[in-house]
Amino acid sequence: MSAEACHEPSPKPAPPTHPTPRRLVVLVGNPNVGKTTLFNRLTGQNARVGNYPGITVERRSGELALGDDGVAEVVDVPGAYSLAARSPEEQLAINSTLGIAGFERPDLVVAVVDAGQLIRNLYLVLQLAELRVPLLVVLNMIDEAGEARPDPAAVSELFSAPTVATNARSGEGIEALRAEIARRLSETGEARVDLPYPPDLRSALDRVADALPAGWRKNVERDRALALWALSSIDPDDELDSIPPALRERCLDVQRDLSGRDLDLEVIGARYAFLDAHADRIFGRATRHPPKHAGSARLDRVLLHPLFGFVAFVGIMLVMFMALFSWAEPGIASIEAAFRALGELAKARLPEGVARDFLTDGVIGGVGNVVVFLPQILLLFLFIGLLEDSGYMARVAYLMDRIMRALGLHGRAFVPMLSGFACAVPAILATRTMERRRDRLLTMLVVPLMTCSARLPVYSLIIGALFPDRALLGFLPLGAVLMVGMYVFSMVMTLVAAAIIGRTVVPGRQVPLILELPPYRVPLLRGVLRMMVERSWVFLKEAGTVILACTIVLWALLAFPRAEAAAVPPTATATATAAAAAPSEAASKAAALEKSYGGRLGKSLEPALEPLGFDWKIGIGLIGAFAAREVFVSTLGVVYGVGAADDDTSPLRQRIKTEIRADGKPTYSALTGLSLMVFFALACQCMSTLAVVRRESRSWRWPAFLFAYMTALAYAASLLVYQGGRLLGFG
Amino acid sequence: MSSNLAAAERGQVVTVERVGGERAFRRRLMELGLVPGTRVELVGVAPLGDPIELLVRGACLSIRRAEAERVAVVAVEAARESQPNSTRLEPELEARSAM
Repeated sequence: MSAEACHEPSPKPAPPTHPTPRRLVVLVGNPNVGKTTLFNRLTGQNARVGNYPGITVERRSGELALGDDGVAEVVDVPGAYSLAARSPEEQLAINSTLGIAGFERPDLVVAVVDAGQLIRNLYLVLQLAELRVPLLVVLNMIDEAGEARPDPAAVSELFSAPTVATNARSGEGIEALRAEIARRLSETGEARVDLPYPPDLRSALDRVADALPAGWRKNVERDRALALWALSSIDPDDELDSIPPALRERCLDVQRDLSGRDLDLEVIGARYAFLDAHADRIFGRATRHPPKHAGSARLDRVLLHPLFGFVAFVGIMLVMFMALFSWAEPGIASIEAAFRALGELAKARLPEGVARDFLTDGVIGGVGNVVVFLPQILLLFLFIGLLEDSGYMARVAYLMDRIMRALGLHGRAFVPMLSGFACAVPAILATRTMERRRDRLLTMLVVPLMTCSARLPVYSLIIGALFPDRALLGFLPLGAVLMVGMYVFSMVMTLVAAAIIGRTVVPGRQVPLILELPPYRVPLLRGVLRMMVERSWVFLKEAGTVILACTIVLWALLAFPRAEAAAVPPTATATATAAAAAPSEAASKAAALEKSYGGRLGKSLEPALEPLGFDWKIGIGLIGAFAAREVFVSTLGVVYGVGAADDDTSPLRQRIKTEIRADGKPTYSALTGLSLMVFFALACQCMSTLAVVRRESRSWRWPAFLFAYMTALAYAASLLVYQGGRLLGFG
Repeated sequence: MSSNLAAAERGQVVTVERVGGERAFRRRLMELGLVPGTRVELVGVAPLGDPIELLVRGACLSIRRAEAERVAVVAVEAARESQPNSTRLEPELEARSAM
C-alpha cells in the first residue's frame, strides 16, 4: 500500500469509484496474455463496464473477495506492451498504474505476463519496477511455456516483487494468487530495479523530474523513472493530453540538449540487455525462445495461404454476415411481433386518448425500436468475441491491411464495414476493436453509407412498384440488377467518403502497422458470452435511452395536433382498392397525419424536395423513416390511406403506380424511384445510428456532422439523378 | 552481408543492426524486442504481398514492407525450421543487476 495520500492538482474528474476508501488493484499486461480471463476468474460475475473519462475505452471493474480481509476493487486496464504512450488511450496504462492525471492511486499493481513470451512481457514489468509501484507479477499461461518454464522465484528476486504462476483458463493457481494479493495488500513494499543509465542521462532525468507536477512526485527513483517515461513519450507530434505544459516544455528542452544521442535506443537497449542478461537465471537450463507455436504455425500455413487463406477468410466472413443478415431475422421478427402484440393488448385494455397512444405508439414502440437491435448486436459480439479470442481477428487485419490501408482505414475496420451491410448500429459498436480514436471515428462516419438491411424494404417497394418486371439482355431480371446496382453504388460512395473524410475531417497520419499475431487458442465461451451480455447491456442503457426519446418525439410529431376522427371526411384521393379492413379509418388516419406537425413539416419541405422529384407525401414518409428506414413503407401506407400493413405491400405498390399530381401527371416515374433510392442510399435516415455514434464518440458533434454530410450528399446526388435524368429525356 | 528486413527471404533468419523510421514506430518496434543484436525470422508474407510476418523472441509480429525497409539487418543463415536462442546484446549495453 502506498504510504502517502494522493494529492492531485488535476481538475479532471476522477473515474467513478466508491465513496468509501477501498483498496484498489489494477491489472496490467501485454495484449493476449489472458488478462481478461484472469479478471473474470478473480471477480466472478460482478463486473461493471463503464468508460474512462474523456475517451471511449472500456473500463471494466469488479470486486475481488479477499477472504477475511474483505474486498478490493479490481480494474482491468487495457492491454499495453509498454507504458510509453503517444495517445490518450496508451496513456491509460501509466495513469492507472501510478494514479496520476486524475486517476486514483492503486494499492497494488498486478502485472500479468505470458509465461511463454517472458522476456518481452517482462519489459513492461521492468518499467513498473523502475517506477517503484507496489507490484505483484503473475506468470500466466504457465501451461503453454512447456519446456521453457520460468522460475517464479527468480522473477520475484529480480524485481523485488512477489511472483505467482497461474493458468487462468483452467483456474490453476488462482486461489494462491488471491491469497497473495490479500497478503500483499496488507503490507507495504514496492518493486524495484535499477538500470545503470549513464550519468549524463541521469542528470537530464533530474532536470525533467523538476518539472513534474507536485502530485506526480514521490521519491527520487520514482521521479527519475517518471521523467524517463515523459522523455520517451513526449515529442512535438504526440497526441497526449493531460500533460502539464511545464513538463512538456522541459521535455522538449532536454531532448534538444540531448539531440545527437539516440535516447530511445539507449534506454530500450539497456532494458533488454538487462533482461537478456538475467534470462539464464529465470529459465535455468530451459530453452528460452520456443520456435513459433507449432500448432499455430501449421494453422497459419493454411489460414494465411495466398489461396486457401482467402477462401477460408471469405468463408468465415460469409458465415458472420449470414448470421447478422439471416439468422438474426427470426429473433428480430419475434421481437417486433411481441411488441406489436403488447401494443395491441394495451390498446384494447386502455381507454382511448392521448395517454393510450403515447404508451402504445411512443413508449412501447420506442422500447421495441431499441430491443429489436439485440439479436444482431448479440450475434455480432459473439462473432467478434470468437474472432478476438481465437486469435483470428489479428489475421483479419493482416490479410486485409493492404486493401484497407488504400482506403485510409485500419485493417481491423473490415469487420465493422462488413457488419454495416446488415446494420450500422452493431457495426458502429464494433469499431471498439480499433485502438486509435481517429480510426474509430472514420469508420463510424462511413459505415452508415453501407447498404444496411433496413434499406431493402424501401428498395423492393420502389423497384416492385416503378420498374417493369422484365429482363435485361434476355436473362437478367431488371429488379435484381437494380438491387445489385444499389449495393455497388453504396460501396463506391463509402470508399469515396472514407478517402475524403479521412483526409479532411479526421485527418491523421498513417500510423505504421505493428500487429502481433498471437497463437491460436480455443475461445473460452464463458468469457465471450460475458462480453456479449456486458456490451449489449451498455447499448441498451446508453444508446437505448436516446433511441427511445427520439421515438417519442417522432411519435408526437406525427400524432399532434390531434384531429377529431369523426369530423374528418374521407379524402378525395382515397381509392376503393385501399385498405382491406376499414377504409374510412385508414382515410381518417391519412387525414390526421397530413394535419400533424410532421405532415405540415413534410408539406413545408415540398419546395425543397420538388427538384428531387418528391412531393410532400414522400416528404412525410422521409420524416417517418427517421425512426428506421423501413418505416418509410408503413408511413407511406398511412399517407395514402392504404393502411400500414408491413407484410403485404401490394395495395401500396398499386397506389404508387396510380398516384397523380395536381397537374395530372403521375407522381412517380422510374426516375423518381431512382432518385428516391439514391436518397435512401446516402441519407442518414436513422436516429438509432445517430444515437450510437453519439454514444461511441461521446459527443453530439459527430452525429450532427454525420447527419449533415449524409443528408447533403443524398440531396445533391438525388438532385443530380433527377434533374440529369430529365435533361436526358427520362421521366 | 548488410541488407534490410524487407529484402529478407521467407524463412530467412537475420540479425537486427539498426531500427530506423519514425520515432513512435521505431520505439514501439524496439520495445517489442527488435533491438540491435536480436535475431528475426521472416516467417511469411501476406497474400497481397504486404505486410510481412516476423518471428521475434518467440512472438509473431507483422509490419509493413515500407517500414521493414528501414530496419537494417545482416543475414545469419538460410531458412531453418527452428531458431536457436537469441543472441546477446553488445557488451556496452550489458547492464549490471539491481543494486
